[in-house]
Amino acid sequence: MKVLVAVKRVIDYNVKVRVKPDNTGVDLANVKMAMNPFCEIAVEEAVRLKEKGVASEIVVVTIGPKACQEQIRTALALGADRGIHIQTDEEVQSLEAAKLLKSVVEKEQPKMVILGKQSIDSDNNQTGQMLAALTGMGQGTFASEVVVDGDKVQVTREIDGGLMTVGLSLPAVVTTDLRLNEPRYASLPNIMKAKKKPLETMSPADLGVEMTSRLSTLKVEAPASRQAGIKVADVAELVDKLKNEAKVI
Amino acid sequence: MSILVFADHDNSSLTQSTLNVIAAAKAIGGDIDVLVAGENCGAVGEAAAKAEGVNKVLVADNAVYGHFLAENLSELVAEIGKGYSHILASAGTTGKDFMPRVAALLDVAQVSDIMRVESEDTFVRPIYAGNAIATVKASDSIKVITVRPTAFDPVAAEGGSASVEVLDVVKDAGLSEFINEEIAKSDRPDLTSADIVVSGGRGMQNGENFKMLESVADQLGAAIGASRAAVDAGFVPNDMQVGQTGKIVAPQLYIAVGISGAIQHLAGMGDSKVIAAINKDEEAPIFQVADYGLVADLFEAVPQFEEELKKVL
Repeated sequence: MKVLVAVKRVIDYNVKVRVKPDNTGVDLANVKMAMNPFCEIAVEEAVRLKEKGVASEIVVVTIGPKACQEQIRTALALGADRGIHIQTDEEVQSLEAAKLLKSVVEKEQPKMVILGKQSIDSDNNQTGQMLAALTGMGQGTFASEVVVDGDKVQVTREIDGGLMTVGLSLPAVVTTDLRLNEPRYASLPNIMKAKKKPLETMSPADLGVEMTSRLSTLKVEAPASRQAGIKVADVAELVDKLKNEAKVI
Repeated sequence: MSILVFADHDNSSLTQSTLNVIAAAKAIGGDIDVLVAGENCGAVGEAAAKAEGVNKVLVADNAVYGHFLAENLSELVAEIGKGYSHILASAGTTGKDFMPRVAALLDVAQVSDIMRVESEDTFVRPIYAGNAIATVKASDSIKVITVRPTAFDPVAAEGGSASVEVLDVVKDAGLSEFINEEIAKSDRPDLTSADIVVSGGRGMQNGENFKMLESVADQLGAAIGASRAAVDAGFVPNDMQVGQTGKIVAPQLYIAVGISGAIQHLAGMGDSKVIAAINKDEEAPIFQVADYGLVADLFEAVPQFEEELKKVL
């Protein structure tokens, strides 16, 4: 079966985030960018499905400016077969991303679409679910285990109280949670090979999607910082402070 | 304006977070209706009717909603929600799962995880794991919103007398089925609504050592949490994780044990009223946010802490 994986280019998770002094956003100039960690888990899961003989082809898609091709090449080096880059310099919001991905799904007809549950920049946690709704597919969100059996898939999901397993008919959308797998590193030979794998570029207009902005960001601020308190000398003082000063026990 | 609040529950009782979401709805202003969708969930409907500030409770009681499958819930909420200006749900795993589907079905954007209401169309939410706070304005006619419960003080659970209306709307998308569930059974309070949370980090060294925290938590009537480092290391299950990628908590007292205080973790507990930290590394960032910091080896300090508690409680 064909698997489509959507990935996003975001600020590297090790980079300290700084809000711009004019409060218009986060400073991304000369900042290291990388594939969103949840998307890496999505790519890894697709590659493992291929290694098990369940997936036959892995197509990786991304949306954004030209530089996003780096993340496609990373996915290709990890084991994806070919890439699709929907190139746009405009801000892409979740619903528009889902509409673009829907067009790709209609064209490619994958049996499964795997996405990260959220990106670590906008923290929306929306695109996978929106894509599932727009394409009329079932969804297994926040997946910690994915088991394909014929034309069905069982997805074990991380929910507030524990775990929940759902059964979905294929095609279906899966979004990844942290414990689904541990992504591998790309080997140098695979990085070299990835440069020769096919990468198709298209625009939102090619896919018939009009980019509209439904949410406008009025300002972005640094979070209110909490002041450090005092250091206590020993456990007895800690308990005393909690009981008699803070009155919380 | 009219606001539809989706109630979080387990088919027998209303989850506390629903009261926080109703508080967010009050901050927006307008008539507030609460939708209780589930199976054999009549008691939840009655409980919701008593909550402060509720105008009407709508109950959709059918087996297709029993396990809160997103495919079925989203069709129901999109149909009922069409008549409202705002649709709100808690940003727990149920709301996060089905609400974006509702937004897509209505062809509107969703505003995720709001922590403050500025006006009927402008909301404040964390981005970049809480390292930045964005104020966003939604232009769609229906606002689909998930609410960070800990950011809003709950409305009173009693005192209201809303009418209860039973809906005969059965939406079975036929796309998904419930197979099973493993819910951690615990006598301890729920992590997200507990007054006191005791959390362990990588410094705990293994899962066995979390038993030390359990005895402390038992004395305090506290919930037990963990940092992402402790979860990633396999010490404890993911549903105990406090942080941007786990649960957001804001208890009266948060006790961080062997937690360095990565920004990811601070984003999940930084709104706690009082933070106490025990860590042997005096440079640990957790001390920059802790009201009371104790630089000590946790394997000595935690048993002592338990003994001291026995004296004062």
